Amino acid sequence: MTGIGLEHYLILAALVFTIGFYGAVAKKNAIAVLMGVELMLNAVNINMVAFNRFLNADVAMGFVFAIFVIVVAASEVAVGLAIIMKIYRERLVTNVDDIDWLKW
Amino acid sequence: MLEVSPAIFWLISAVVIGSALAVVLSKNIVHSALFLVVSFIAVAGVYALLGVDFIAAVQILVYAGAIAILLVFGIMLTKRGDMRDTNLFNQYKYLGLFVSVAFLAVTVYMISLSDLPAVTGEMGSVIRLIAIDLFGNFVIPFESAAILLLVAMVGAVMLARGGNKEQ
Repeated sequence: MTGIGLEHYLILAALVFTIGFYGAVAKKNAIAVLMGVELMLNAVNINMVAFNRFLNADVAMGFVFAIFVIVVAASEVAVGLAIIMKIYRERLVTNVDDIDWLKW
Repeated sequence: MLEVSPAIFWLISAVVIGSALAVVLSKNIVHSALFLVVSFIAVAGVYALLGVDFIAAVQILVYAGAIAILLVFGIMLTKRGDMRDTNLFNQYKYLGLFVSVAFLAVTVYMISLSDLPAVTGEMGSVIRLIAIDLFGNFVIPFESAAILLLVAMVGAVMLARGGNKEQ
């Protein structure tokens, strides 16, 4: 077993992204869907930091973009939870299959 | 500095993958939220392994601190009583699994094909690099991110406030 290279981090991120994607696609509860999205954003962040660290350690562009991803994830989960709570108050559902009033 | 011990990497990766799987496979959504916190902290460990201590600290503060607490608040405000079977799969359980595994296979195959250069450049102070970029080249996106956070906060308050029914 040799040292840990970039491809190890990339495969780790791909695994986390896949698990998060599965959670976002195949779960009933809307909050679980948000959790899956958070896992996917985490995987993207791992990719950005690993690429920046291994390919060009003199600049910090990947780190800065990871920080922006964290900012966007925070605002996304805040607005998403507010929407879920509003829907729950109106209709008493959090199941994404029941939220289909826009469907004709 | 990049020569981390492989055992530590495998341990942290196992925690990340295992807790992420537990988030998705757990039938109780409170357990999912707790495993999500474990996963976030383990991802912070991955950043620490990469030598990026600032991102690791931000990860713990923002993800494990703020986002996980928000999610737990959301669970507590939308569920009553028994928490069993609150986090089930929908009708896309097997189709989603197939698509996910296919995506993972393609991605891992492409990673194994690509010839990744292993440059092990020494890195100075991470915070100094980040600060120079964040307040130099990326100062406009930085301010836009601040406005985005403000708009998201106002929007979340307006949405969750409860409308005009009581007035």
